[in-house]
Amino acid sequence: MQRGSSLGMHIYFIPRELKKNMNQSNQKSALKRGAAAAWPICLGYAPIGLAFGVLAQKAGLTPVEIGLMSVIVFAGSSQFIAVSMLAAGASTAAIVATAFVVNLRHFLMSSALAVYLKNSDRKKLTFFSYGVTDESFAVNLTRFRESAWDLNSALVTNYTANITWIITTVLGGFSGQFIPAHALGIDYALVAMFICLIVFQLRGALYIVTAVIAGILAVVLSIFIPGNSYIVIASMTAAALGVLIKRKLLH
Amino acid sequence: MAVVMGMGLVTFLPRWLPLVYLTKRNLPAWLVEWLDLIPAAILSALLLPELVTSGVPRSLDLLRPELAVAVPTFLFAIFSKSLGATVITGMLLYWLAGKL
Repeated sequence: MQRGSSLGMHIYFIPRELKKNMNQSNQKSALKRGAAAAWPICLGYAPIGLAFGVLAQKAGLTPVEIGLMSVIVFAGSSQFIAVSMLAAGASTAAIVATAFVVNLRHFLMSSALAVYLKNSDRKKLTFFSYGVTDESFAVNLTRFRESAWDLNSALVTNYTANITWIITTVLGGFSGQFIPAHALGIDYALVAMFICLIVFQLRGALYIVTAVIAGILAVVLSIFIPGNSYIVIASMTAAALGVLIKRKLLH
Repeated sequence: MAVVMGMGLVTFLPRWLPLVYLTKRNLPAWLVEWLDLIPAAILSALLLPELVTSGVPRSLDLLRPELAVAVPTFLFAIFSKSLGATVITGMLLYWLAGKL
């Protein structure tokens, strides 16, 4: 599958004058570029954030506690699971252990991002790492591959998504009924985003084969293994098979 | 609050460690090749179960509107190569599917 030579131009249109001045106004453009890359993520986070806030409030958390959790943890699925475990009276150790397992996949994502961030500023990397989520990972990685991306823009993308998450979860905590649930197909925003981001990753036969193996493995494992460990197992195995296929068959 | 602090720590470490350690080292070729395939693999592993399974515990379910809408959304993504337009189109199609 051929990818567009100028993906960035499709997702985000850079006016010609701005492009010329990019070196001069690097910070301003990082702000603009980062925010422009973040909006599909924000669109997907908003309804989920509101839903989380409502659920957390029902589980007995105050809006302040919800906000603190979103700031300190910033991990959608872990937060949902934690709240339901809290409501069920689970122990602190059990909740923390579950959050660890659920978020282990970010270890893989940060490793994949690290390839593009060689010798970057350590402080910036620390701030960046805080914002690595499934969604920001996928968006940033696609941009890094296009090579027209930098750590500053990626930081803006992460924090735009982060702020959206914090605000919507707290709003949900005050009252979840601001937006009617399931309005305008918004439940599908993140699914559609992932579909498109996968298309961007399918840059050749090897990537397609790897994605197909990972998908099938994930489906099978998700049916037989409780929890979400299928994500890490399926993707690590599929990528390893992909490397084997590349080395044994294509060379 | 101990819960939140503990969760913060265990969600931060897996995000942080690879970024501060792997960015300072020269990685072996096989690892770079493996990491290069990780995004395609992980995105597929995240997405496909959402499309073709439902319930807790999960069971195979090929009649979900999520899957039906994914096909035209996928084709639209291939041809448009636009993230924003694909998100909007997917939402619109899913909303229409709900009206049927």
